[in-house]
Amino acid sequence: MSPTYYLLLSAILFAIGTIGVLVRRNAIVVFMCIELMLNSVNLTLVTFARINGSLNGQVMAFFVMVVAAAEVVVGLAIIMSIFRTRRSASVDDSNLLKY
Amino acid sequence: MPTVYAAGGVATSAWLLLALPAFGALVLLVGGRRTDGWGHLLGCGTIAAAFVWGLVMFFHQTGLPTAARVTNLHLYSWIPVNDLQVDFGLRLDPLSLTFVLLITGVGGLIHIYSIGYMSHDRDRRRFFAYLNLFVASMLLLVLGNGFVTLYLGWEGVGLASYLLIGWYSDRPTAATAAKKAFLMNRVGDVGLALAIFILFSKLHTTQFTEVFAQAHTLSGGTLTAVALLLLLGACGKSGQFPLQAWLPDAMEGPTPVSALIHAATMVTAGVYLVARANPIFDLTSSGRLWVTIIGTVTLLIGCVIGCAYDDIKKVLAYSTVSQIGYMMLAVGLGPFGYALGIAHLLAHGFFKAGLFLGAGSVMHAMDDETDMRRFGGLFKRMPITAVTFGLGYLAIIGFPGLSGYFTKDAIIESAFGQGGWRGWVFGVAAALGAGLTAFYMTRLVLMTFFGKERWRDLKNTDGKDYHPHEASPVMTVPMIILAVGSVGAGAYFTIGGRLSDWLVPSLGTLQDTTNSVLPKTLITVGTLALAAIGVLVAILVVGRRPVPVVRPEPVSWPVRAARADLYGNALNETLVARPGQWLTGGLVFTDRKGIDGLVNGIAAMFGGTSGRLRRLQTGFVRSYALSMLGGAILLVAALLLVRFSG
Repeated sequence: MSPTYYLLLSAILFAIGTIGVLVRRNAIVVFMCIELMLNSVNLTLVTFARINGSLNGQVMAFFVMVVAAAEVVVGLAIIMSIFRTRRSASVDDSNLLKY
Repeated sequence: MPTVYAAGGVATSAWLLLALPAFGALVLLVGGRRTDGWGHLLGCGTIAAAFVWGLVMFFHQTGLPTAARVTNLHLYSWIPVNDLQVDFGLRLDPLSLTFVLLITGVGGLIHIYSIGYMSHDRDRRRFFAYLNLFVASMLLLVLGNGFVTLYLGWEGVGLASYLLIGWYSDRPTAATAAKKAFLMNRVGDVGLALAIFILFSKLHTTQFTEVFAQAHTLSGGTLTAVALLLLLGACGKSGQFPLQAWLPDAMEGPTPVSALIHAATMVTAGVYLVARANPIFDLTSSGRLWVTIIGTVTLLIGCVIGCAYDDIKKVLAYSTVSQIGYMMLAVGLGPFGYALGIAHLLAHGFFKAGLFLGAGSVMHAMDDETDMRRFGGLFKRMPITAVTFGLGYLAIIGFPGLSGYFTKDAIIESAFGQGGWRGWVFGVAAALGAGLTAFYMTRLVLMTFFGKERWRDLKNTDGKDYHPHEASPVMTVPMIILAVGSVGAGAYFTIGGRLSDWLVPSLGTLQDTTNSVLPKTLITVGTLALAAIGVLVAILVVGRRPVPVVRPEPVSWPVRAARADLYGNALNETLVARPGQWLTGGLVFTDRKGIDGLVNGIAAMFGGTSGRLRRLQTGFVRSYALSMLGGAILLVAALLLVRFSG
């Protein structure tokens, strides 16, 4: 099975994630879309590691996972506190920081 | 050029002359209200002490041989900067000592008079402090041994006159008059300062001794420039054409101040300056000609305007303008007139101080009224004032035997003695001035002391009746002393050439004119005849006819012009004030629209641009994400382009 399919898949996943971030209003969904983008990148890294026969990409993917885990913790905490104060999880409702 | 010796003996303490009045001013100003009780006594005391010390100096100087009477007292090195070495010191010579005695003598009498005149003023102590400052500055002016020292005194006199003219600072007219005097003096001061700069740049010194010794090395053009700039300074301080307009306005000050300004200090400074700088003026005949022209024009202006005014002090003020014109005319004649000018200055110091103190006494009696149309018949009410005033009057019109006869007549003779057109023009103008002087002074005396008692039917500004009365002895005694001076000073100074001989070391020998256009007897008789005509006309016009209490309108054009100060103020307004306003208006416009416009325009441009740019901060996270995506795509596209194009 050619590695190109993995790359295609990861590109499709990344595109879905990007579109999701841009078009969805729910903060949780936006967050999940960001995770999707991260994981599509992970898939790319692993695929290239496989192609090149090097472990560097795999190691990099682990780093990304760790960072993503930390990000999930912080991000969810922020979303929770915003939801508690404003009774809304829509990213368009918290738009006070502007001109 | 006389040799200048170092002052020795008792003259080494001549600095006391300056220190005494300055000390008085300092104590009274710093001491404040604590000195209210005895301030006026200290003021008079310091001047009296300075007068006594001046006498000591005078007799010390007369004890020296004539050739050794020009002395220099070096006190300390004032401004020692490389090339610029200015010494602070005093020049004790016949000229300066003559002025010292005039200033402290007449000034002292005015001080004493002020005790009575200012007795109702809450701030009498401060008044005396300013008077002392005035006298101290004037003494520094005449005693200084260099142009810079003279300039210090010159500015001090300007400051003191400003403070005193604006004494009644709650009156807008007084405040304006003080500012006017200060500003017009400033014009003259610039002239004096420029003259000093030129002298320093050419001769590298400003001390009289060195400047006068080296004056002949200067080129003719430089000498004339210096002479004209000195003349400008003299015009400012002495109220000469075209800077005469401040002097009558200075009447807003209390009357003793007017007497001090007009008789003993301030206005004599210009004449002093020209006489002091005689080694410079001797070398430039065109410079002297201008001094003469200015003097002649001013004496005529003063006489003509004096004829039209109804304000007793304004008439006296214009009479000062015209008498100083005589002095300028005299000192402009050079070796033929320096001593005559100084003689007239001294005689004028006596009779003008007496006239002003008399006018002050009349005002004191008439509730500060100055309109002569409201006076009349005061002779019976205040005989001492009337008699002393009358003697001053006879002295100023040149009544035979009194001061003015000797000193003014000599100037007129000397003016005729110039020969050619100068003799005719200056002589006739001076003689005509004598006739006009007789007219306006007679008019003043008749309107004030004789005729119907017009004040009987009138009320003063408070709505009460007038109660004219003689002043207290503290005011009348100085007037009597000055009256004696007005009678005797002229004869004492001129008979036998006493004053001119005494002044020889400072001013050179007084030369007799040889090419007079008219015989001397004819000049004397003619001048007396003109004066008599003036008196007669005044008697016919004012004495024989009832004087209207309200001044008649409309009047013929010469009177209208004279009442408008011969349009002197209008001239200043048109030639100086208006263009000045235009200039400042233009500068303000350029500053606002040009300079500020540029700076503000740049700021507004940045402000407007950033105002539009910040609209990009919408607060919507998704739009930020979109722009990040756009940026990322651009970056990737650029990378790909670089990668695959080259």
